Amino acid sequence: MFAVNFFLLAAVLFCIGVYGVIARRNAVLVLMSVELILNSVNLNLLGFSLINGNIDGHVFALYIIAVAAAEVGVGLAMVMLVYRNRRSIALDDLSEMKG
Amino acid sequence: MVPVLLAASEVNVALNVAFGVLAVVMIGAALFVVTTKNVVHAALWLVIVLSGMAAQYLLAAAEFVAVSQVLVYVGAVMVLFLFGIMLTRAQIGAEGNLNNPGWALGIPVALLLLGVMGWAIIDLFGDQTIEEAPGGASTQAISDQILSPYLAPFLAITFVLLAAAIGAIVLARKD
Repeated sequence: MFAVNFFLLAAVLFCIGVYGVIARRNAVLVLMSVELILNSVNLNLLGFSLINGNIDGHVFALYIIAVAAAEVGVGLAMVMLVYRNRRSIALDDLSEMKG
Repeated sequence: MVPVLLAASEVNVALNVAFGVLAVVMIGAALFVVTTKNVVHAALWLVIVLSGMAAQYLLAAAEFVAVSQVLVYVGAVMVLFLFGIMLTRAQIGAEGNLNNPGWALGIPVALLLLGVMGWAIIDLFGDQTIEEAPGGASTQAISDQILSPYLAPFLAITFVLLAAAIGAIVLARKD
């Protein structure tokens, strides 16, 4: 199996996630796109681990999974807070700090 | 890039076919995640992407990471997402204004990024092959790594999770 397979798939998923972060207006959908990006990074780490015959990539992937779980928890709590205060989770409505 | 999907003869053909099928399914599902008009459907397409990712981890000889992926993402994070959708949205069904007014800007940005990354990847790893993993990475080896050289980040992760749990409770609490 060519090593470049894993990296190209990860790059495609990463770019789809970046598109989602830019294009989406709903905060929950932006969080889903961030999950896509984090997963593609994990795939990259496992591919490097496979190339180098080294187990460190697996450890980093596990840490990323843990941090992603924490990020989703806090992110969804913030989205709920915004929804409770404004009855909307459209990100372009949140412009109080705009200069 | 025909040789990318159909690798040379000395490598495992079944592995490459499985990789190709999973990759096509995952890319299609990911495109649906970022383009569908229905938030619940986006969450369900994301389940397909995450499950496919777990299968790719198995192909990369990372059993423990694959099981963690299924437990954490497909099990816990998706339930969290569905609850988030349920609590922040009244109607179930298609919604009109899920995209930004300037959503089309995302397409050239993503394509440019893909071009640069793809060029760099092919330039660096062009025809490097992965030899068969010697029995795969055992869970014992991962635990040895986590509990001796990477112990400090492991403890840091536990505090991150604790802080995130407390923070989420404090943020979401009604008072």
